[in-house]
Amino acid sequence: MVARLTRMVRAALMLIALLLPGLAQASDDERALLLGTTTSVDNSGLLGPLLDAFHDETGIKVRTVVRGTGAILQLGRSGDFDVVLVHHPEAEEAFVADGYGIARLPVMTSRFLIVGPADDPANIRSAPDAARALARIADGPFDFISRGDESGTNAAERNLWRRAGLSPWDARGGWYRETGSGMGATLNMASVLSAYTFTESGSWTNFANRGDLTLLFEGGPHLANPYTIIPINPERHPHIAARAAQRLVDWLTGPVGQSFIADFRVDGAPPFVPVAASGR
Amino acid sequence: METFVTAFAEAGALLISFDPDFMSIVGLSVRVSLSAVAIACLIGFPLGAIVALKRFPGRGFVILLLNTFMGLPPVVVGLIVFLILSRAGPLGVLGLLFTPTAMIIAQTILVTPIVAALTRQVVADLWVEYGEHLRSLDAGPITTLATLITDARYSLATVVLAGFGRAIAEVGAVMIVGGNIDHVTRVMTSAIALETSKGNLSTALGLGIVLLFLALTVNAAVQIINTSAGKRAALA
Repeated sequence: MVARLTRMVRAALMLIALLLPGLAQASDDERALLLGTTTSVDNSGLLGPLLDAFHDETGIKVRTVVRGTGAILQLGRSGDFDVVLVHHPEAEEAFVADGYGIARLPVMTSRFLIVGPADDPANIRSAPDAARALARIADGPFDFISRGDESGTNAAERNLWRRAGLSPWDARGGWYRETGSGMGATLNMASVLSAYTFTESGSWTNFANRGDLTLLFEGGPHLANPYTIIPINPERHPHIAARAAQRLVDWLTGPVGQSFIADFRVDGAPPFVPVAASGR
Repeated sequence: METFVTAFAEAGALLISFDPDFMSIVGLSVRVSLSAVAIACLIGFPLGAIVALKRFPGRGFVILLLNTFMGLPPVVVGLIVFLILSRAGPLGVLGLLFTPTAMIIAQTILVTPIVAALTRQVVADLWVEYGEHLRSLDAGPITTLATLITDARYSLATVVLAGFGRAIAEVGAVMIVGGNIDHVTRVMTSAIALETSKGNLSTALGLGIVLLFLALTVNAAVQIINTSAGKRAALA
């Protein structure tokens, strides 16, 4: 009996031994550069080919973890990333001022968009600017779905409501609903409920479950969506792969990375404009 | 309805194609969950048996804890493991966050109480049957434990399956501690969550069908082994 039990334990140990080599190999790769970035960049499909090109040129493997900008910066503060690519200017400035990031380096911009049901009951298509488009939705009021997750897109949306002199998140349970989740989940919900929502070009061009949703408002100075890359400060977190991170930053903001972003197309349209081209 | 039809087509295509990206996702899912279950069994079998057989102060409380932890929410486990493994956490220096190892740790924590609690039940039931006999043979504690666990091995196979089912199907923990990194920590469930977020609902559902198919295969295999082993035991 004891012998049989020993056999069972040995079988379990052998199973673990069999599985672990594969994992050990993975942990070797785990020393690759860890990039924290946002759902909007990831959903656009830009990162895969972009980081492959970087790998071909430098031999540096980049792993990406995707969360909202708020969560990414929080993880960056803990030192869980080597470098972050995010889009929330105010939070980024605080991040660098507090000494967690070395500097904010502009990479590219995309466009924030307001999408909603094709029949556009609030008639935001004809609104003179983005803030007044939101004000028309609030006037109805018509259903509006917000990220509510402290992502960069959520922050930009809230700024725009404030610009319109409104704070609909204070009145809960009504027409303004916060999903507390990513762009995709929020678009899925807006699509099912035929509601308005605030999104950006990278996620929108690649979103496959639009249903009745249509792009209703874009353009104007307050709908620019700037992305910056921030290498984590190795003085705060000595374990950071600082040199590899700096190479990624230099490559992305340099001519090769910038022209890669300029040439990137989704359905024939460029979701991102490199900063080099925007002349900043 | 169209989504469902497309989903079955996509699931079929995925299964036939042996697409390397897809196979690596399936492979990682199985590897992570099997490792977690194997470790959970090494801890859970003896733990469950000891709780079933030994009388010690606070035993009732331990049983209550084990039964409660069978229902541990994966996101909570994920969050706790995340806080421990994050660079700011106590084990941050190990650099394990966003690795398959972190996912195995989280799933082991999820599965161990299930294995331990169910093992306790199985062994306690057997003790009612064989306890008198073993006591009359004056069997030592190791022999008793070994006898009961080996005798219960077919019931314990079901326990292992329950643990494996829990591990392979959860997304909350692996998403938080693994980070869903392509080719590194992306598993079936986190890939389904990702495809859903992209609005690729039929692809997501297709992956879900493949996951169910996988679970079906594993269960069928264990059932066949159990039946044939049972027949052999009956003949012997």
